[in-house]
Amino acid sequence: MISVSVDSQFVHKMWNDHELVKMVGHDVPFHMASDGPGNVGSIYGVYDENAGVEMRGRFIIDPDGIIQAMEIMTPPVGRQLKETIRQIQAYQHVRASKGTEACPAGWEPGKKTLKPGPDLVGNVWKVWSPKTDH
Amino acid sequence: MPKEEVGCARPTGAMVGETGNTQAKKENLVEEKKRMSEVRVGAKAPDFVAPAYYHGGFTTVKLSDFLGKWTLLCFYPGDFTFV
Repeated sequence: MISVSVDSQFVHKMWNDHELVKMVGHDVPFHMASDGPGNVGSIYGVYDENAGVEMRGRFIIDPDGIIQAMEIMTPPVGRQLKETIRQIQAYQHVRASKGTEACPAGWEPGKKTLKPGPDLVGNVWKVWSPKTDH
Repeated sequence: MPKEEVGCARPTGAMVGETGNTQAKKENLVEEKKRMSEVRVGAKAPDFVAPAYYHGGFTTVKLSDFLGKWTLLCFYPGDFTFV
């Protein structure tokens, strides 16, 4: 996990020490990176030059360095961490199956996966229901 | 994490896990930004180095040091903001 904003690493320390510790009860456990000039945010398409801040960009990167998922939101609405974790778990499951399984809509660990192949074409309705499996 | 000195955050000029123009010079940065601005799902993440705060100390973080792990990269508007 790496967090990034345009604030300096020194301000990150102050935010950790004076607010976040009080909020969660311990130090931030990940790297808080500083992107003052917006160089990193620019290449990720999340830096707003006019406001001089980063949008809420979230990128799930797999062990090979491939971006598997992204989400970009404007500032006034916060993220849903549960959904991020669900997506990471689903991508981990797909990777562990070496791509033989796929995670349908609403999938969570323990729920039914699908095995894409010729036999499944037109037959998803037989093995997966939005009412019982979603 | 290695202690590579970095003045300010910058792309390395390579994708994660690839060598290439690892010494992106400042004067080439605009060009680099243009070339690399296409971040896509299913494609390699652009690598970068940046100064960071971590566990009580100041260090440098490099995205490619996280190869081999699932990594979550989160941008946000600012420290001490409300959401």
